[in-house]
Amino acid sequence: MAMLYSDKVMDHFTNPRNVGELADANGIGEVGNAKCGDIMKMYIKVDKGVITDVKFKTFGCGAAIATSSMATEMIKGKTIEDALKLTNKAVVEALEGLPPVKIHCSVLAEQAVRAAVADYYKRLGIDPGPIVGEIGDCHACSHDE
Amino acid sequence: MAETRFVYADNAATTKISDAVFDAMVPWLKEGYGNPSSIYRKGDEAARAVLKAREQVAAALGAEPREIYFTSGGSEADNWAIKGVAHTFAKKGKKHIITSVFEHHAVLHTCDALRKEGFEITYLPVDDMGLVSVEDVKNAIREDTALVSVMYANNEIGTVQPISEIGALCHERKVLFHTDAVQAVGNLPIDVKAQQIDLLSLSAHKIHGPKGVGALYCRRGILLPNLIDGGGQEGGHRAGTENVAGIVGLGVAITKAMETLPERAARLRALRDRLIDGLLPIERCRLNGDREKRLPGNVNISFEGVEGESLLLTLDAHGICASSGSACTSGSLDPSHVLLAIGLPAEVAHGSLRLSLSDDTSEEDVDYMLSVIPGVIEKLRAMSPLWERIISEK
Repeated sequence: MAMLYSDKVMDHFTNPRNVGELADANGIGEVGNAKCGDIMKMYIKVDKGVITDVKFKTFGCGAAIATSSMATEMIKGKTIEDALKLTNKAVVEALEGLPPVKIHCSVLAEQAVRAAVADYYKRLGIDPGPIVGEIGDCHACSHDE
Repeated sequence: MAETRFVYADNAATTKISDAVFDAMVPWLKEGYGNPSSIYRKGDEAARAVLKAREQVAAALGAEPREIYFTSGGSEADNWAIKGVAHTFAKKGKKHIITSVFEHHAVLHTCDALRKEGFEITYLPVDDMGLVSVEDVKNAIREDTALVSVMYANNEIGTVQPISEIGALCHERKVLFHTDAVQAVGNLPIDVKAQQIDLLSLSAHKIHGPKGVGALYCRRGILLPNLIDGGGQEGGHRAGTENVAGIVGLGVAITKAMETLPERAARLRALRDRLIDGLLPIERCRLNGDREKRLPGNVNISFEGVEGESLLLTLDAHGICASSGSACTSGSLDPSHVLLAIGLPAEVAHGSLRLSLSDDTSEEDVDYMLSVIPGVIEKLRAMSPLWERIISEK
């Protein structure tokens, strides 16, 4: 089925930013599952409350890769507080839209950021719950549509 | 890597119209605009063109011209055959239909619609090689079975079903047998009489013909309800002025496809096998569907740790058009029902790649695909957390 992706999505899919692993990451989050066809893993390096570096690895469709790439660009250099304000809607807007069937990919990107931040707090021995909130599940995979 | 080349390897989705077909159609889009139902010469010429195409389709299948009904394509033929037989036999109290789990959606969704109307449908399983068992068909037939519908060859994994055996069985048990032969026509020998096929669906655009035209073969003596009421076209069963140019195109396409079948199929099989043998050495991949009982131009391979849509988009960037059974390419969130039916785990089904070849595919196209695909798989795996997990568990 033709997806009619925007140029921006195709740009981020073809030339993903910040792809790979981060050897000195101090927060790693992984969301999604293989059965549904998308897994996002996000690595962050936090220094004095600021995300100084970020990388990602994604198994998934074009939109999954593009949203991961865009999300890393949007949180790089930001404070944790600002990064947690990143919404899937903002990622979709930055990508100049996504086909409706692909919106769940942007949700996954938002969740990946939160999961990485949660891991960062856990490593510090801080309960991430009150700060990060519920990370949520991949509701798109309930197969009940 | 070789210089980018355009390679169309999605011929199971549709094919490029051939020059011979195109040239044969053009006059009927221009000066041959007469209505085949009209009495004067301009109408008569169009009627003769339709008649000739009907003879061509019949000859290709071993049928009689009056057993051929032109339709808008394979899906319409499937709908008409299955719903038509179902509704006719329901009046005799026969409301059971047998089909397989991995049919094309034109058959599956038609059966689902009938189920909602109160028909009972048996969905036969397929084995891990993608084959329906004749024994299963035999065991499923009941007193009230109206129809068995099993596809000739699967559109995704290309597996060729035991059609002659099912035909013989259905004939013996006096149950009608329909086959969706959309992928088989032009790629495999077909003889509806020898194979005891009662109804068969086909489409023009899979065999270098135009889109929007197909045919239903319905054995003489089987009465189907009218699909479209109106004028007397198609024996009064499917009214509406004929798609003359399309029908002419179908006639030429099927004739060309069938008259050179052995040579064409042999060439395609050689290309297909070279492609399969060249890709299988890639780590953690598998060929889906039986290797021998397979359409001459079908390759379907799953690559673990890779998602199909991103694979297709990356191949497209390299000029290669292909298809996948991944959820993302279907527009739904579930991977291909065909790949799940042969027992593939969902995560492996997501990473499937179908390359379907045709007469337009060259040796150089195969060389190019073999030079590009391994690198694309490697690139996607390098950024896949699933692949990372797979190799760490190894």
